[in-house]
Formats: sequence, structure tokens, C-alpha cells
Amino acid sequence: MINKNLIIYLSVLIFGLAAPFIFPAFKVQLSILCVLIILAITWNIQGGEMGYNSFGNILFYGLGMYLCASVQVGMFFPLAEWTESGGEKTFVHTPAQFFQGFGVGLAVAAIVPTIVAGLIGYSILGLRGHYFAICTLGLGVAAGEISGGIEIIGAGQGFTTPPFPNIGSLEARGEFFYFCSFVSLILTFIVVKSIYSTRFKLVLNAIRDNEDKAEAMGIQTMKYKIIGWMISAFFCGLAGGIMGGLVGYIDSTDVAFDGREMGVFMVLMAILGGKGTLWGPVIGATIFHIFKEGFWTFFLGWQYVALGVLIVVIVIYFPEGIMGWLREKYPERFGEVVDEADRKAQVELK
Amino acid sequence: MDLLIFQVPILMVQASMDGILLGILFALIAYGMALQWGVMNIINIAQGDLVILGGYIAYFMYLYGIHPAWGVIVSPIIMYFVGIGIYKLVINKVVDRDLFISILATFGISILFMQLMNFAFGADVVLANSGYGTTMLFDNSVVLPNSKIFAAIISIIFAIGLVVYMKKSKLGRAIRATAQNARAAKILGVDTEKVYAATFGINAALCGVAGALISITFTIHPYMGLPYTIRSFMIVIVAGLGNLPGVAISGMGLGVFEEFADYILGTEFRIGSVFLLLVLILVYRRFKLSKKREYLK
Repeated sequence: MINKNLIIYLSVLIFGLAAPFIFPAFKVQLSILCVLIILAITWNIQGGEMGYNSFGNILFYGLGMYLCASVQVGMFFPLAEWTESGGEKTFVHTPAQFFQGFGVGLAVAAIVPTIVAGLIGYSILGLRGHYFAICTLGLGVAAGEISGGIEIIGAGQGFTTPPFPNIGSLEARGEFFYFCSFVSLILTFIVVKSIYSTRFKLVLNAIRDNEDKAEAMGIQTMKYKIIGWMISAFFCGLAGGIMGGLVGYIDSTDVAFDGREMGVFMVLMAILGGKGTLWGPVIGATIFHIFKEGFWTFFLGWQYVALGVLIVVIVIYFPEGIMGWLREKYPERFGEVVDEADRKAQVELK
Repeated sequence: MDLLIFQVPILMVQASMDGILLGILFALIAYGMALQWGVMNIINIAQGDLVILGGYIAYFMYLYGIHPAWGVIVSPIIMYFVGIGIYKLVINKVVDRDLFISILATFGISILFMQLMNFAFGADVVLANSGYGTTMLFDNSVVLPNSKIFAAIISIIFAIGLVVYMKKSKLGRAIRATAQNARAAKILGVDTEKVYAATFGINAALCGVAGALISITFTIHPYMGLPYTIRSFMIVIVAGLGNLPGVAISGMGLGVFEEFADYILGTEFRIGSVFLLLVLILVYRRFKLSKKREYLK
């Protein structure tokens, strides 16, 4: 069993490392896929394991995006003049400055949202069910609207992130961002996988199943909820920072705090793959991304219509997701012992 | 930050009057929200998009030379059937399910509507000019467009009409019975499926009225729906389900808040402040309830 898993992980790893060289034309798409998988996995920590369906993780994503770019610029040049000058740059990062700035920026982009999640967690996570969902929806939209009014980060006209320095090869930019996002993805997966095998995950599931009872059993639910949200925020911020560099341009409501796209995507991907499973979000995000790119290319203009229909169809007819469907079909594969007679009786009962 | 409003006190009167007239419209939308929430236990994120769609109906009448005020009659009739259609296609499959499912499903409808309206009507900000002129008060220092007063009066008429209808008519009684206990109502011979459809239709019709009025008094745009949803959600949670005077008062309160935020913070933060207020209200309620070891449910 261990061997089989090891083979799967190794093959995914090797494929991931080789992918930009096998499909050089799809480097940007593959990087976006990695970011999407990170977002789906982190959303699943709340939505799937904890039962807190958040529309507001986009807050951390956008925050990370703005912070990474601001730090990268602000370390070497005056930020206000940078955003003022828009696309035409009089300041140019040297390669050393660029990578140094990006590294520090990513660190800030991951840490600050974590702190923010910790600070607001106590207030927001006290809400339950749909109040939590709507409150976080409001939080995400408010962040977008407010950041769209702040001058120093470009307000309505947007923020151009530093262009990638010229270091010889033309392919370098795509490869750099791909490996950034791939390494972050591996990091996210390892962290999430390791916490899912501890007591922490059981506590999160207890909160999802019945929070009052979990509390009555002596679990400090609030503490665990906040920690869970902080873990999410950390990786969301990281993903946002990378995505900001990859896209090259940050707009408050269309790129950073894009509740209509990213904010819904992460929920949808996790649900499509199967909430509350480790691999579900990964599979969901991959399928979603392929589907989305197909639609975005062939039905240009109709993509939001397709998205709306897709959401409705998935939510109504497929709420358990792919992993849930597989689990129902092949319960033995998921380590469940099934009594055939019992199963038949249950089917008849239904 | 702009503190002009504190230096020129008459602006406060202006903002309050504007806010109250605006708030009555919000209250009408929130009334529809409270109705479906109470009866079907559904939070409809597409509420605002129904409003905007209703607005476009009035706007098209205006384009074809009919006075947009007639939209107040036509728009709810069309929107009623749109509502029934949405119910039959989507909502009836999510009524008994988890609330989050309904939120997500209606979110999908909202995105769909947004984009379809964008295709059909274009991405321009439009308004239907009613040509009603303005009223000056206090030595011409407070200016109120007559269209806003008209909108407020029509909203009040529709709201009162609906309250009376709910109290007196057979369908109204069935709706109230279903809201109290759907199972018991079913046992006593109420066709709850029909009641749900009618409730959603009435809600959509109310959105249609509000939308037609908004297209006369303010502007409409395909992507402007979500703020109306959030406003009506906020009004309902402040007032509580089934508290109609509360809905009216908190609607006006929200209108006044928005106008003041507009003056003090600037127009670019107007929508942001609405969403932030929602978060603050929810957090405030959460802390207040947590003292009693309860939570919002």
C-alpha cells in the first residue's frame, strides 16, 4: 500500500517537474493550475473539513497579491511614484533586486494575511452557517471596493507589477513562475496532508459535524477554527503573491479581490472534486481548469453564462463531487468495510 | 474624508431626505427577501439581479416611447413569470437542502443573469428619464427630484397592498401557514409546492417594481445587482424575519447611512462601506449573542 502511494506521489512529482519542458507552450496555464489547486485545497480546510463555507478567502488572496507587489516595488523605489507612472517605467529592477524583492514579498504576502486571519478570526468565526458565508462574501467585496479607492496601490487604474528582468533566456519568466507555484503547491499539499493525519483534522471534522457537542467534549473549538483559517490564509496569500507576479497587472476588483471569478472558483473546484477529501480539490481544480480553458477559448464572451450554468448544475446534481461519487461506488477503495447485505438493505430503504 | 457636510448643516437635511426616500426602496426589496427567506428558507443571492432585470424592463418601455412609470405595472407582471420559471428550474431542487447549497445555486443564477443582461442590454449605465422635475424645499436649499418621491409613494403602496393581501387572501393565508410549519400545512391540504412557486414569483414581482422605480430614480447597470442583495440581506437581519415595521425602519436607516457615507467618505467608498457595514453588524450581533452563549442561527 505504501509502495503504491509512493509511486503515485513520485510520478506526480516527476510529471510536475518535467511538465514545463514537455509542454513549453502551456507554462502559464500550468502555473495558474497550481495556484488554483492551492486555492481549492485551502478552501477545503474550512469548507470541507470544518463546515464553514467561506466566500471570503479571496480576501487573503488579494491581500497577498497587493502585498507581494508593493513590497517588491517598495523595497527599492518609492511606491507612490511607481503606481503614478502606470505602465511607463522609469525605474527598472536589476535581476538581483527583482528576485530579492519577490522573495521578501512572498514572505510578507504569506505572513500578513495569516495575521489578519488571526485578528479577524475571533469575530468572524463566531458566526455560523449562512451568516458566516454572507459575512465573508461581504468582507471580500468590501476589500475589493476599498482597495479600489486607495491611491498608493494604484486605485482604479491598477498596479503594474515589476516586469521580469532580462536574464538571457526568453523562457526564464514562465519557468520561474511555474516552479514558484509548483513548489508552493507541493509545500501546501505536504502541510495539509500532514495536518490531516493528526488530531487536528478530527477536531475540525467534529466542529463540522456538531460544534456544540464538540465544545461540550471540552474542545476549544474557537482556537482550532482560527488556526484552521490561519493555515488557509497563509497559503492563499502565497498563491496570491505568485499570481500577482504571473499576471503582471493588479486590479482591485478584476484580478485581486475577484469574488466573481476566483472567489467562486475555489468553492466550485472543491465541491466538484469532493468536499472533505485530500485529493478531491486537486482533481476538481484540474478538471475545472481544463474545462474552463476550453470554454474560455471556444465560447469567448459566453464564459460567465457557462460558469453560472456550471455552478447551478454542480451544486444541484453533483453536491458530493467526484470523490464522493467514487466513494459511493467503490467504498472498498476508501478503506470502508462494506457488508453486502447491509448495503442492499440500505439501497432498498432509500 | 470630506467634512463639508458638518460645515453646511443643510446638507445633512438633504442627505437624510435622500436617504429616507432611497431606504424605502431598499425596504421593498428587503421585504421580498424576508418573504422568501421566511417561507422557503432560501437566501437568494440573485435578488439584486432580479431588481436590475426589472429595471431594464422599464428602461425598454422608455426606449420605445412609453412612459417608464408604466413599468411599475408591467415589470412585476413579467418578473412574476420569470420568478416562477427560476423556481421551477432551480429553486425547487434546493428548497429542502442545506442553506449553503441555495446560496451557491443562486450565486450561479446571479452570475448567469449578470452576463445575459450584459449581452442583451450592453454594459452602459442607463436610466429611464421620467421627466418629473424637482421639488425645492427650505428656500431652495434642499433639492428633491419628484421621481424619488414618486418611487417612495409607489413602494409604500405596493408594500401595504402586499401586507393586506397576505392577511386577507387565501394564498396569503397558505403562504403564512407554510412559513409557520410546512409539514403541518401539507397535512392540512396546502399544496406547498404551489405556495413556494407563488412566493418566489411574488418576490420576483416585488423586485420588478423596485427595479422599475430604480431605473427611473437612479441608474441601472448589469453588474449592479450584488449590492442590492447585500443591502436587503442586511436589512432583514437587522430587523429580523417577519418584522415588517422593522424592515421599513432599518431600510430607511441604511439609506441615510449610505447618503452620509457618500458625503463623508466619497462616492468611491460608498459600496465598500455598505459591505463593511454588513460585516460590522454581523460581528456586533455575534458578540452580543455570545454573552448569552448563543449564536446567530
